[in-house]
Amino acid sequence: MTARNVHVHYGPKQAIDGVSIDIEQDKVVAFIGPSGCGKSTFLRTLNRMNDTVASARVKGDIRLDGQDIYAPEMDVVQLRARVGMVFQKPNPFPKSIYENVAYGPRIHGLAAGKADLDHVVERSLTRAGLWNEVKDRLSDSGTALSGGQQQRLCIARAIAVDPEVILMDEPCSALDPIATAKIEELIHELRGRYAIAIVTHNMQQAARVSQKTAFFHLGTLVEYGATSDIFTNPRQDRTKDYITGRYG
Amino acid sequence: MSGPVLVIIVAGLALIGWLIARARAAAFRDGGQRFSSLPGHHGWYVALWLLVPPLVFLAIWAAVSPAMVTDAVLATPAAAQLPPPGFDRASILSEARALAQGRAYGAFNALSQRLAPAYATAQDRYDWIATGLALLLSFAGGAFAFVRVRPGFAARTRVERIVMGLLLAASLIAILTTIGIVASLLYEAGRFFHTVPVTDFLFGTHWSPQVIDPRDPGANLGAVPLFWGTFFIGAVIAMAVAIPFGLMSAVYLTQYAAPRTRRWMKPILEVLAGVPTVVYGYFAALTVAPAVRALAVSLGISWASSESALAAGLVMGVMIIPFVSSMADDSLAAVPSAMRDGSLAMGATSSETIRKVMLPAALPGVVGGVLLAVSRAIGETMIVVMAASGVATLTANPFASATTVTRQIVDLLTGEAEFDSPKTLAAFALGLTLFVVTLLLNIVALTVVKRYREAYE
Repeated sequence: MTARNVHVHYGPKQAIDGVSIDIEQDKVVAFIGPSGCGKSTFLRTLNRMNDTVASARVKGDIRLDGQDIYAPEMDVVQLRARVGMVFQKPNPFPKSIYENVAYGPRIHGLAAGKADLDHVVERSLTRAGLWNEVKDRLSDSGTALSGGQQQRLCIARAIAVDPEVILMDEPCSALDPIATAKIEELIHELRGRYAIAIVTHNMQQAARVSQKTAFFHLGTLVEYGATSDIFTNPRQDRTKDYITGRYG
Repeated sequence: MSGPVLVIIVAGLALIGWLIARARAAAFRDGGQRFSSLPGHHGWYVALWLLVPPLVFLAIWAAVSPAMVTDAVLATPAAAQLPPPGFDRASILSEARALAQGRAYGAFNALSQRLAPAYATAQDRYDWIATGLALLLSFAGGAFAFVRVRPGFAARTRVERIVMGLLLAASLIAILTTIGIVASLLYEAGRFFHTVPVTDFLFGTHWSPQVIDPRDPGANLGAVPLFWGTFFIGAVIAMAVAIPFGLMSAVYLTQYAAPRTRRWMKPILEVLAGVPTVVYGYFAALTVAPAVRALAVSLGISWASSESALAAGLVMGVMIIPFVSSMADDSLAAVPSAMRDGSLAMGATSSETIRKVMLPAALPGVVGGVLLAVSRAIGETMIVVMAASGVATLTANPFASATTVTRQIVDLLTGEAEFDSPKTLAAFALGLTLFVVTLLLNIVALTVVKRYREAYE
């Protein structure tokens, strides 16, 4: 997935100013930066979730497999099936665990028959590392799980439609350290199957889970490169100041 | 002295007390020292003590003095000729009172004329007693408060406490009134069930209160047709209109409408809730009912009633739309936007998101709202008085005439009827049934809504 010279405005206010990034298959990209720097806004342009904000305008060129995702002929429903998203706060639907995962395959008609759907649900929950914990209570409500389990359920829900890219918007910020460790482990396992972009406030987390890191500041992309370079040998002073904790 | 004059005098005293106390408090503050209370607080403290005791006394007096006046009249020699307690005696006494107060210019009963002077003197005497006691209480209260107007006195907190007491009393009055109404309903309904067995009333299927056989009054007072009619008009036909339209308008307003559209559309929908029900009533009777009948006739139902259940139910449904819509609006708005985003991010369209995620999540709130709407619909009176029938028929045909509990209560209590016949008392039994049903509906609805709110907060 490639983004070139992306600008986002909320009404008169500019939120993103000329950002260009490549999100590569089988790599995890971390977006870091202080609050309000535009990293979440940028993430949301990648599956057009900003369409739901009436005042948002997006300029620039964002392509998925060479297809312009903001082109008029682009079907946003198709796009979001190919670019999945996991939110900051776990948001399982108030339905059973099974129905949460089956939601996407159902609306996109991906499963032929009940047996096939069962298979998709089991595979997704297994990939999300949740199958063993919930296999005996698939009909329980998804909202009855713990916070970390809920977030893994949301990841299972996202991968049930077999996306190419998964966007994660601070997926661990509402979780405790143990649940966070599980999600990070899961991100490691999912790498290779999906391209992953993750927004995080936690720099150790970015260093642990990602291969590439993008540092945002005031709506611009300050530095983008291999995670090891960004954290050990930043080229920009602003990046260095941020990761050493001088501001942010 | 008459009541209003007395109140004005007491209020005048309070004003004077306020001015004097304030001036006095202002004087001892001249030294520049700081006290907890401002002069105005001392003024209010004294004024409230001057005002509240006599007013409380007058309120109680207004309730008990008529009985005392009547007792005094009954003690006079002229009262010995009164008939024994009953309707005649009560009407003579009330005529005499009207004459004494100058509200009547002649009387049907000669005895009233003779009792009137006794009434007038007794009334006069008790009025003077009331005036004296009220002024005494006012002065006593004022004196009690005035000696406390001293530099260190915390008039501010005392005034606060009196104000709290007044507010508490105001809210108690509403509660006490409700209790009183329920008690009177229970009492009158109890009298009814004394003559008519409960089972006849609750399970009997024949209702024609115009002809009651004194040997078996329950035979014609079976309320099942009324309960059915109420349920059919209020909970079936009206809800068939109100639920889909109310829900769809709420979905449009919360999920689709641009803020600018919502800004003018929502108030207009709410205006619908402010239309007086009597206006809906003649709309139902004059416009909808003939149209419904014409429709039925064109469908080949030549006997269709012009007071059909359908006409009343349709209009009642329209009346309830804003109610359902605003309850559904609230519960949809209470669903966290994360749910909606989660579904949209899965590639669901808006309508899929609403059908599969938003409405199921909002369902308890919507159900609660619908139950409240039903309880309003079955208590609604004006539309059914004007558009529904007075004849109780047990039918599920929407083109046939149907009647409701509220309509029958109105019919039973209007017109000329003696007040202690089973026919009139049946109105109280119906009222009690209606009250219990709506109370239960409200409790269930509020519990459902409350539990649902807790789930998301």
